[in-house]
Amino acid sequence: MKGSVALAQGAIDAGCRFYFGYPITPQNDIPEYLSAALPAVGGTFIQAESELASINMVLGAAAAGKMAMTSSSGPGISLMQEGLSYLAGSELPALVVNITRSGPGLGGISPTQGDYLQATRGGGHGDYRLIVLGPNSVQEMYDLAGEAFRLAFKYRNPAMILGDAILGQMKEPVVLKPTQAPPAETAWALSGAMNRQPRLVKSLYLKDGEMTVHNWKLDEKYRQLKETEVLVETDCPPGCKLAVVAFGSCSRIVRSAVDQARRIGLPVGLVRPISLYPFPEQAVREAAVNAGNTLVIEMNTGQMVDDVRLACNGESHVFFKGYPGGHIPTPEDILAEIENILNRGGLKACQL
Amino acid sequence: MSTVAEKIIFSAPSCLLQNTFHFCPGCHHGLVHRLAGEAIDEFKLADKAIGVIGVGCGVFLYDYLAVDCCEAPHGRAPAVASGLKRANPESFVFTYQGDGDLAAIGTSEIIHTANRQENITVIFVNNSVYGMTGGQMAPTTLPGQKTTTTPLGRKPAGDGYPMRMAELIGSLQGTAYSARVSCHDLKHIRSARKAMKRAFQAQVENRGFAMIELLSACPTNWRMTPQQSLARMAGEMLTAFPLGVYKDF
Ligand SMILES: Cc1ncc(C[n+]2csc(CCOP(=O)(O)OP(=O)(O)O)c2C)c(N)n1
Ligand code: SF4
Repeated sequence: MKGSVALAQGAIDAGCRFYFGYPITPQNDIPEYLSAALPAVGGTFIQAESELASINMVLGAAAAGKMAMTSSSGPGISLMQEGLSYLAGSELPALVVNITRSGPGLGGISPTQGDYLQATRGGGHGDYRLIVLGPNSVQEMYDLAGEAFRLAFKYRNPAMILGDAILGQMKEPVVLKPTQAPPAETAWALSGAMNRQPRLVKSLYLKDGEMTVHNWKLDEKYRQLKETEVLVETDCPPGCKLAVVAFGSCSRIVRSAVDQARRIGLPVGLVRPISLYPFPEQAVREAAVNAGNTLVIEMNTGQMVDDVRLACNGESHVFFKGYPGGHIPTPEDILAEIENILNRGGLKACQL
Repeated sequence: MSTVAEKIIFSAPSCLLQNTFHFCPGCHHGLVHRLAGEAIDEFKLADKAIGVIGVGCGVFLYDYLAVDCCEAPHGRAPAVASGLKRANPESFVFTYQGDGDLAAIGTSEIIHTANRQENITVIFVNNSVYGMTGGQMAPTTLPGQKTTTTPLGRKPAGDGYPMRMAELIGSLQGTAYSARVSCHDLKHIRSARKAMKRAFQAQVENRGFAMIELLSACPTNWRMTPQQSLARMAGEMLTAFPLGVYKDF
């Protein structure tokens, strides 16, 4: 199964019945698949007139308490930022998929990870965060669609899946596991005030002090997310002298490089953040501090490396090697970086 | 001594909450809220209605109408309403939007929502200025009208002509109902009430997209008294924005 299709089917199997989106490469397989698959299960598919409309249709369906999603890439995700901010401010759950393009601007359609900061810092205006998951296989494209909805409803906050063209286009076997978990509690959803008080979905707080209270309420959710929902894969054997950190498609290439390095006796470990927000601070910190040296590999000019440095807080030498603009590194490229650092004793190699 | 039994012949709609409106004296937003409330009562929609509120002076509609409400980002109410109605076809979904919201930042959403024949009702308050942000030019500002961003008056060449949304929306194949009415005197308020009910009926009968445009006063930003505002409406507003039903199912 193709990654895009796995993700779309994963959303359906998780119970999603509403998709609103606007075409953009390289994520068109998602709407194309859902335009047939959703009506077939009684769902709704709308090709919206823009990404502004898409995200606000998602907002409407989410306000009705339904599992709704959209997908896009680069410029389209930028257009959605106002809506994402409103979703977070109004405490509405939704899934937004970003199959990234390189940028800035119209950029290119080849795989990159240049939207990491936009995704993990909220992206739009105001004091909020998205829940951000970074799959690295077709199986995870499928699984994390459901996980994203679960988290979005549990915390009433929009969730994003951050993928790229490699993940969207590659084919791998997938084990389907329809969960059909009905959305958790939706006593906040709008349906008409039948036998109850009217409900209100809003993000405007003008009265003295209200906004501050609301900001701290949102912050408490982010704190809970950090405490309970971190997803990370760590493979750092004892004696490891270098922890390599990578996420998403890039982590697959890094995995091969780490395996090659170990075959020639280099003491290397791998940490793969799966939840990019909440960032696995603890796991990264432990691996990085134990190894003493950390190498962050990203398909951008350096974004997640900020989070790694914050997690280490100066207690590990953090090196970075980036491949922006659609430049996909080979395992050999990365192996060379690993050797470079370890051969020089780990203190001053690579670009910092 | 004989007693005279009192009979109530006129009262507020039952879904209209008894909160004091925050609107300026002579503003027609309050009246439009009332007309919406009457239509909600008439079709017994209080327990099915969901208001989608655009950003503008009408943003606190939920303080005045006892129905479920959802805030929409500026201009996007028709998209939010589309999502809500599709997710919840049994509910009655209306938007409440000003002219900046509907005819400037939200032009795309209103046109495409009508074109998709979304079964929603749009209440469009056209007061020819941006009220909430302090009286800047709107797409509906009249030629020559002074606003805080057209200090010498709106010049069609460069600033544009007033946009006639009821005609534009009425010209779309997907639209079920589009009409322009005015709030400046009793006679016109009576036809506004009828048009509001028609715009509600369209959705109740699943006819598709319905919009009612209500010419309204913004005395504060017109720098006029309420009386002067009514005279302006009866004069140049009616000339620039012909009343009428531009599409009827
Ligand atoms: C994206 C965005 N841009 C600008 C604004 C500021 N803003 C709030 S209301 C408004 C215009 C309101 O005018 P109108 O829609 O005519 O409604 P009125 O207040 O006159 O009823 C503007 C520009 C905003 N809230 N969001
Ligand atoms: S500013 Fe204008 S539109 Fe807003 S409440 Fe006052 S009169 Fe009404």
